[in-house]
Amino acid sequence: MTQDAERKLILPSYRRDDVDAHPPLLSPGYRSTVSRAPQQPLTYLPQRLTEVTGPLLGEGRLGELDHDLTRQHDGEPLGQRIIVHGRVLDGDGRVVPHTLVEIWQANAAGRYRHAADTWPAPLDPNFTGVGRALTDADGRYRFVTVQPGAYPWRNHDNAWRPAHIHFSLFGRAFTQRLVTQMYFPGDPLFFQDPIFNSVRDERARQRMVARYDHAATRPEWALAYEFDIVLRGREATVFEDEDDDE
Amino acid sequence: MSESLGVTPAQTVGPYLHIGLRWPDGPYVVPEGTPGAFWLRGRIFDGTGAAVVDAMVESWQADPDGRFDHPDDPRGARPSAVPGFRGFGRAETDTEGRYALHIVKPGPLPTFDGDTEAPHLTLSVFGRGLLHRLVTRVYFPGEAANASDPVLRTVDPQRRDTLLARPATDGFQFDIRLQGEHETVFFAV
Repeated sequence: MTQDAERKLILPSYRRDDVDAHPPLLSPGYRSTVSRAPQQPLTYLPQRLTEVTGPLLGEGRLGELDHDLTRQHDGEPLGQRIIVHGRVLDGDGRVVPHTLVEIWQANAAGRYRHAADTWPAPLDPNFTGVGRALTDADGRYRFVTVQPGAYPWRNHDNAWRPAHIHFSLFGRAFTQRLVTQMYFPGDPLFFQDPIFNSVRDERARQRMVARYDHAATRPEWALAYEFDIVLRGREATVFEDEDDDE
Repeated sequence: MSESLGVTPAQTVGPYLHIGLRWPDGPYVVPEGTPGAFWLRGRIFDGTGAAVVDAMVESWQADPDGRFDHPDDPRGARPSAVPGFRGFGRAETDTEGRYALHIVKPGPLPTFDGDTEAPHLTLSVFGRGLLHRLVTRVYFPGEAANASDPVLRTVDPQRRDTLLARPATDGFQFDIRLQGEHETVFFAV
């Protein structure tokens, strides 16, 4: 125990994100940010034990059909059936295995099953719009769902959200926690969407757009989209000279 | 390390976060009936003083011995002595902007440079209008280690009290002000 206490703690360290990697918290085109974005600059926090660890949530959270949003009710939901699959990686290209991926989305008509969504598009009794999966040993995940519809909102005149699927990821450490949205390639609504465009860097924006994947498309059954998600990478570990300890 | 991949950008959870992120057991960092457990309750306010009714907080903490059951804790992963301890909590805000987490007080932690961190939780705040999560820490009043805590020490003394919970009838209260007067200190991790 004494020896433990005297030994220096060597912690992994996660690379800080580039300034342009994420949207600025204040992005006035997205009106809700105006009263919710902090005005004070963020305080720099060196990564310590609490930040380099995190919840490793496992199989206990998953039901058998959580990954298949088309089989959670008595009948099949309406809409274009799609496969959404990909890998969870870190910034060094290492796969992130056995990590929880949570998704949620609107139905094919662009309506969410939520009390606060009241626009006049139909609900689908066979679609809830929530999915969960664990990545496998190679960092892969796979969902079956339906293509979500676009929907209007009141942010600006004639405002429509491009079709998207919300993604929530834990990674291995608190520092890697990420919530994002997956978009579909070639969506004509991108130009007017302040949430998509809150990411200033064009290349970074494209990382939120899935790729149509013909090789994974199942003949006579479903179109496939590939969406890889990249969480923060680790700094190279600097080990202390062992002799210093003994 | 050679060329690194660009990270996927963050986006807001939006107003319908409950569809995908609601867990019935979310608030229970420790099970009901755990000796020494209490409620950490708070409200979230925006820059106009209005309650934020479509947000969610997530908490992460050490167990009462200051240990994590995680392979990257260099002292070794160790399951908590507290049965059912998850370390992680998730709670959405209600129509009054209130959240509640059922926790035990974490132990103090050693640091890489020989200091001690006072007992604390880290919180992420997600919500409509938040394009990326906000990160803050919750400290407990009256802890001797607060005075020398290496994180609290770096925070502007005039704003330090925004990181301190207040005693409440069944635990502690920790309100979060996203913007403006008494704005909570948020961290870049």
